[in-house]
Amino acid sequence: MKIEDLYEAAEIEDAVSDPDVAHLIINKDKIVGENEIAGLSVNAVEIEDGVDVEVVVEEDAVIEKPVHMCFGMTQEEGLQRIILDMDIRAGSEIGILAHCVFPKAVDVRHEMDAEIRVGEDAEYSYLEKHIHSPKGGLEVVPKAEIMLERRARYKNDFELVEGRVGELDIDYECVCEEDSILEMTAKVDGKEDDDISIREAGDLVGEGARGVLTTRVAARDDTDAEVINELSAEAAYTRGHVDCKEIIQDRGEARAVPIVDVHHPLAHVTHEAAIGSVDRKQLEALMARGLSEEEGVDLIIQGLLS
Amino acid sequence: MSVLEVRDLDLYMEDEQILDDVNISFEEGVVQAIVGPNGAGKSSLAFSIMGLKGYRDVEGEIVYDGEVINDLDVSERSKLGISLGWQEPARYEGLKVRDYLNAATDDEENEDVSRDVLEKLGMDPDEYLDRAVDSSLSGGERKKIEMASLLAMEPDLVLLDEPDSGIDVSSLERIFDSIDYLVERDATVILITHSERTLEEANYAYLMCGGSVIDDGPIEDVGMYFEDKCLPCETKNIPQKKENGRYEN
Ligand SMILES: Nc1ncnc2c1ncn2[C@@H]1O[C@H](COP(=O)(O)OP(=O)(O)O)[C@@H](O)[C@H]1O
Ligand SMILES: [Mg+2]
Repeated sequence: MKIEDLYEAAEIEDAVSDPDVAHLIINKDKIVGENEIAGLSVNAVEIEDGVDVEVVVEEDAVIEKPVHMCFGMTQEEGLQRIILDMDIRAGSEIGILAHCVFPKAVDVRHEMDAEIRVGEDAEYSYLEKHIHSPKGGLEVVPKAEIMLERRARYKNDFELVEGRVGELDIDYECVCEEDSILEMTAKVDGKEDDDISIREAGDLVGEGARGVLTTRVAARDDTDAEVINELSAEAAYTRGHVDCKEIIQDRGEARAVPIVDVHHPLAHVTHEAAIGSVDRKQLEALMARGLSEEEGVDLIIQGLLS
Repeated sequence: MSVLEVRDLDLYMEDEQILDDVNISFEEGVVQAIVGPNGAGKSSLAFSIMGLKGYRDVEGEIVYDGEVINDLDVSERSKLGISLGWQEPARYEGLKVRDYLNAATDDEENEDVSRDVLEKLGMDPDEYLDRAVDSSLSGGERKKIEMASLLAMEPDLVLLDEPDSGIDVSSLERIFDSIDYLVERDATVILITHSERTLEEANYAYLMCGGSVIDDGPIEDVGMYFEDKCLPCETKNIPQKKENGRYEN
């Protein structure tokens, strides 16, 4: 398999050939493509079994086009450790589209250790899309510690709906200062004997900070899924919402643990969690249009994870 | 010719009799109405014909095109050409109108059909195709999309459970046009309704009360009875049968 195949799987061929689009491409522990643009500096260094990446977005820099990052592995086996340090400085704006592509994986472990600071009034959105092999031989372990300064906005979307999950263990923690806004979403499609563990935690420490944690998980076949959503509110006028939906089919098992921790009388945090099989009325309505039960379930799950 | 026959149909739920010896023979290619007060069993009859969960365990026979379909599930019945439009259609998080309509057609991907059926309901495809069939749609919009999906499917027999409820007056004509369109495509339409205006769309009507069919005839006759006797009637009691075979309440 060639590196171009990764681009193709991630559908980023055009983006990586556009000189105005910043990108960083890592195959296993090698940096295979890099493009910097004004306002953004990327310093990537190869380390044992991985790459150490430092990203700085200059103060007030507005990066117009989404930056592309690709962490992948063309090989069937191996370890990939990514250490990521992101410094999104005050007043800047950036969006990153990250593809984690492991199309051949039989026995692969991908670790991500991220430290992210989003400065005052800065805006950062990060979409991480996983494209996995259908074999399920993957272990994906992303950890992130995020700090949002005053009025910062951070939006994180994690998507693992193509190929088999394998083993997933997400742990994201975010501290939110005054008037900052956190939106964290994870969508994961579990099949066969996939093992899914997701922990998303937001700590609303500053007055007026807001946070929304959203999780959508399908647990089909023998999938085991656990979702822990933690939101704690320490200051006045903080607002938070946790929204977790898990659909279980077949022999799937799922747990949802919403932890809402409020330490101030002027704070307000809500949560909703729903675990169950596909809604019967939704399903029968599709079956009444000619779909089989299986096709109906697929369509409902596809919508939920879109 | 009769296309669907319901024979001696009884349905019990939680020890309560919901349908009581229903016998109806629906004619092919005709709009036939089922009228009756709230709780009469109209929806239950439709759900039994469609074979929904909880409505499968009936006594009696449901015969479609000469075949007893009691043992078929919803998919199997819809593959024979039967479909149902819900009074309160389900909502789907994230499912696009495009995909919802497309699911109703046999074609893998056919946007032309989806656009066409939305336009028939007076809905701009560019505005609606990429919206989700979720709670952001108004009740009326959702109902029109329900009708659109039936037009896309072109069933041979369609049960419409109160297709006019929640529809504003300006859209009502679109619903009636859709019923005409289905009939032009040789569909048999079973129209469940409360409204006298909608009843006019039918050629023939069955009057249900207390789980039974108590009268049938051209809509003029049944319509009159419904207006005079059922609408003012506050009770759900089954009317007394008179010696001439007619009922009074
Ligand atoms: N799931 C159910 N379990 C028990 N009783 C039901 C159920 N659904 C409907 N019923 C009862 O069956 C009767 C007929 O209801 P329905 O078919 O909805 O009437 P209609 O559509 O004519 O208003 C009502 O008395 C209703 O309360
Ligand atoms: Mg009803």
